[in-house]
Amino acid sequence: MKPAEKEWTPKILAFLCNWCSYAGADLAGISRMQYPPNIRVVRVPCSGRVNPYFIIKALQRGWDGVLVSGCHPGDCHYISGNLVARRRFAVLKDLLEYLGIESGRLNFSWVSAAEGEKFATVVKEVVEKVKALGPAERLVKR
Amino acid sequence: MKSTTLRMANMNSQDTVSKGRKVGSVLVVGGGIGGIQTALDLAESGFKVYVVDNSSAIGGVMAQLDKTFPTNDCSMCILSPKLVQCGRHLNVEVLTCSEVTKISGRAGNFNVSVKQQPRYVDIAKCTGCGLCAKFCPVDAIDSFNKGLRDRTAIHISYPQAVPLAYMIDREKCVGCGLCKNVCLADAISYLEQEKEVTLNVGAIILAPGIREFDAKLKSEYGYGRYPNVVTSIEFERILSASGPFMGRVQRPSDGEIPKKIAFLQCIGSRDVTCGNGYCSSVCCMYATKEAVIAREHMSQIEPTIFYMDLRAHGKDFDKYIERARNKYGVRFARCRVSEVKEISKTQSLKIRYETEDGTQHEENFDLVVLSVGFAPSETVEKLAKNLGVELNKYGFCKTRTFYPIETSKPGVFVCGMFSSPKDIPQTVTQASAAAASVGKLLFSVRGTLIKKKKFPRELDVKGQPPRIGVFVCHCGINIGGVVDVPSVVAYAQTLPNVVYACENLYTCSSDTQEIIKNEIKEHNLNRVIVASCSPRTHEPLFQETIREAGLNSYLFEMANIRDQCSWVHMFEHEAATEKAKDLVRMAVAKAAKLNPLDRILLDVIPRGLIIGGGLSGMIAALALAEQGFETYLIEKEKALGGFLRNIHNTLEGEDPQRFLKELIRKVKDNHLIHTFQGVNIEEISGYVGNFRTTIAHASEKSELDHGIIIVATGGEEYRPKEYQYSMDPRIITQSELEDRLSTTTISTRLNSVVIIQCVGSRDNSHPYCSRVCCGEAIKNALKIKEKSPTTEVFILYRDMRTYGFAETYYEKARELGIIFIRYNENKKPEVIKKSENGRESLSVSVYEPIIGEQISIDADLVVLSAAIVPPDGNKILAKMLKVPLNEDGFFLEAHAKLRPVDFTTEGIFVCGMAHAPKSIEESISQAYAAASRAATILTKTKIEAEGIVALIDEKMCTGCGTCIILCPYGAITKNDVGVATVTAVLCKGCGLCAASCPERAIITPHFTDEQITSQTRALLGRITA
Ligand code: FES
Repeated sequence: MKPAEKEWTPKILAFLCNWCSYAGADLAGISRMQYPPNIRVVRVPCSGRVNPYFIIKALQRGWDGVLVSGCHPGDCHYISGNLVARRRFAVLKDLLEYLGIESGRLNFSWVSAAEGEKFATVVKEVVEKVKALGPAERLVKR
Repeated sequence: MKSTTLRMANMNSQDTVSKGRKVGSVLVVGGGIGGIQTALDLAESGFKVYVVDNSSAIGGVMAQLDKTFPTNDCSMCILSPKLVQCGRHLNVEVLTCSEVTKISGRAGNFNVSVKQQPRYVDIAKCTGCGLCAKFCPVDAIDSFNKGLRDRTAIHISYPQAVPLAYMIDREKCVGCGLCKNVCLADAISYLEQEKEVTLNVGAIILAPGIREFDAKLKSEYGYGRYPNVVTSIEFERILSASGPFMGRVQRPSDGEIPKKIAFLQCIGSRDVTCGNGYCSSVCCMYATKEAVIAREHMSQIEPTIFYMDLRAHGKDFDKYIERARNKYGVRFARCRVSEVKEISKTQSLKIRYETEDGTQHEENFDLVVLSVGFAPSETVEKLAKNLGVELNKYGFCKTRTFYPIETSKPGVFVCGMFSSPKDIPQTVTQASAAAASVGKLLFSVRGTLIKKKKFPRELDVKGQPPRIGVFVCHCGINIGGVVDVPSVVAYAQTLPNVVYACENLYTCSSDTQEIIKNEIKEHNLNRVIVASCSPRTHEPLFQETIREAGLNSYLFEMANIRDQCSWVHMFEHEAATEKAKDLVRMAVAKAAKLNPLDRILLDVIPRGLIIGGGLSGMIAALALAEQGFETYLIEKEKALGGFLRNIHNTLEGEDPQRFLKELIRKVKDNHLIHTFQGVNIEEISGYVGNFRTTIAHASEKSELDHGIIIVATGGEEYRPKEYQYSMDPRIITQSELEDRLSTTTISTRLNSVVIIQCVGSRDNSHPYCSRVCCGEAIKNALKIKEKSPTTEVFILYRDMRTYGFAETYYEKARELGIIFIRYNENKKPEVIKKSENGRESLSVSVYEPIIGEQISIDADLVVLSAAIVPPDGNKILAKMLKVPLNEDGFFLEAHAKLRPVDFTTEGIFVCGMAHAPKSIEESISQAYAAASRAATILTKTKIEAEGIVALIDEKMCTGCGTCIILCPYGAITKNDVGVATVTAVLCKGCGLCAASCPERAIITPHFTDEQITSQTRALLGRITA
């Protein structure tokens, strides 16, 4: 590590479903709730759209953590996409842990369109968690 | 000969009105937000619309606002798309600088004379470039910025104006000819004359808005004498990024930042001394908003709001107040201010006020903002006279509780502030409602006078290398105040495939739409990115713009650098700029991979389904049926009528039960309405234009097909757990009292009645205000006094929220000796039962703030103003419809301000108490509004659906069937060769299949694997794109 380098802050990739969590993130903005500027959002139609491959790819490319957020159970705009997603990520989490990736790097949450505050809290928590883990080096391809 | 052509256009003989035929066009007077919304609804449902406004541009008061409560949305940002839509709509014609002088004819066929003042600039030629204003040597006053800034004699009223054309202020113009010489478009003509045009229309909608109260009339507050006393509208301009001080909060006298700001409420409202006995309804909220925004702009500011009652009676308003108090440190002081005096040395102001306990105080402030109310102007008085519509005693347009949209003249409707003081969502609601009323009158001539929109042939961009244009928005100072926009633009220019990047003050304004179109041509752009606000609100606008320039609308991408960047990292300028760059780069990476998609045309089933057979549901059903649409009306209970069955009189003395009976009869008699009572909804499937609902009726099931859904499930009265309710027959709720008052004469032996407000409202379990209880309490208290004048009535309240004209009855109640005692939320009254001589006596103990003591009131009857709560069924229904509820359990509309009856899911609408507690009048307006919004869909035979439908690569598919099992819509099946295929109309594009396919043989267009991974590849610092 070069000493001149700026203090490390994590980069976190967030996949937000268009109908709930993305709207919740907008609401956080509308309500001017402040949260750490470490996340970058990719809008997807539904949390069910998120292929585990996207997450592995992201970790390979040097993102330090991933957040996938969708509608609450039962509220998915496409009925059950979020439940499938949850199952999928439970498996993925185990797999990544097996590969030595700390489970805190992969986060899943439900945030509704009315939960601006919750969104801000989730981001804060995830950032804290990943910060504590430090940079993700394990999968990074150089 | 004209009449023959008209007859050819419409063969239906029942359309004849006694003189001439019905005409399929409508005149809207006033181009504020109300006028704009009604014009758009009408134009979208098949009518030609003329919007007449007396100023040089549409937009009204809302265009002057900085932010709007309770969401703090930037006013211009949410208004601008509507301005643009209105300005560019083929069937809306805007006549500025115009006023209505005369009408003749009758409902269905009016002739209207309109006088148009010259603007000396040809709208058709003016490009709004502003060269003329640069050269104009004469400084004239800028009335839009409330005289706080000078402007030139040739001017536009605001940068986003529609139409964007300059105008010459003849009084200031010296006729030097400079502007004419420099104008490249040759748009200036000094010789233009006043014009008179005659419009032939079927109906008229009045949306003229009203003026703010003239603060000079209350001389004790020093407005006009002291430079640092400003009105709330002036302060709004001070706050605005496009205002006179570019959003810097400063004192007019010396440009210093004021530390202490006082807001004085009720200036020209609730004040019989100036003839305005009503409450202006919006001032408490806008003052709070201005205080919050001022704080946001400059953290050293300490705002104080001096008020009498805090009227936060709207949806989510109380939460806003709490936030203002706790997060922004806004101080709320309940007292009356008697005088404002200037301290001559500093030009600061000394305020004298009296608190509740009667003590006098003095305090110094650096700036005073007068929260002025609203009053009808002479212009609207003249308008009413010219049109022959009646006004009420305050000079507002006269309407009746059950007919809130109708004026005294048939065929002339009203919406917005002109009929009573109201906020933006209510104005927008009424605007839509007025459109539905017109639809009822003119449905038979719908579509006779309109033109259809044609987009240019789509350019074929396939195979071309991407040429991306990036438009970065300042959004006033919403983005530009936090993010370094020029550096984001410079950065965008360095990104691969970007051939053009620029910054805009407001990317959503109509002139920027033209800029975007021009740049597309100029630079041969084939992908466009706007970095600004949320795609959820603004994507459709920009998509239409690029479509007008010949690009497929899917060649567009947004970077949300406001809602998800500048607004949430307000104090981290550098990090926010960094993030904005990242977001832009991610958008660029995705844009390079975007492909054009075709939109699918879907048939629309021209039938409506309404859930809930209460007041709102029935009104909506009739509003649809009377526009010629078949309608299903579903009620879970055996009887129609809902909550209205409990209401027996109104403040204004009307008879709701008679109205209800009549309404039920009309619903039953209408052959287009099919009512289902005592039924349950089992399932709702489908999408806009094509819904299918399964209902269960005893053991029978039926399936109904329809194109839209209106949710009107109503509200219920809370069953109190507090104040020993249900433990004593003398402790009852407000609606039980009303029931008793209507059936039995209240006994004159009743010595004293104590009414307790906010039971179950504004507390931890229901943090919202139920809005109607204050009016209801006063109504019933007056009724008791009427029946038994000797009975003493006490009302224990927290804030009396008798907004609008209801204030008059509050005044009357006090005159009649009804006693109002304010209590504090943490010192709630207590109901005490005591046994004396074998008789149980009842009393209420409460802290009296004026004398500063705990007092005890004997009560023969204790009445609890119980909250309005959402029905339990909302949760299940919301799930079935896949629409959200708010935290309190009411349905959450698409946008609190400008889409008050829509959901984000197309084709579903909400009205009445299902949305939030509201009065009869407001429920009726909203029901009409929902019907109007629904009609914009039902009148079309086909609508465009999203083009995002899963695609399967048959060569890669192994036929494993995973997608078939997972697809929530059964849209995937196996074909004869054993591979999966998609039924396009069933697919909703969720992408679940694509994410699960082991062969990665499925593509979700617009969200393809490639597009998404290209976004995530673009990570700053580690990997370059
Ligand atoms: S739409 Fe939000 S998770 Fe499916």
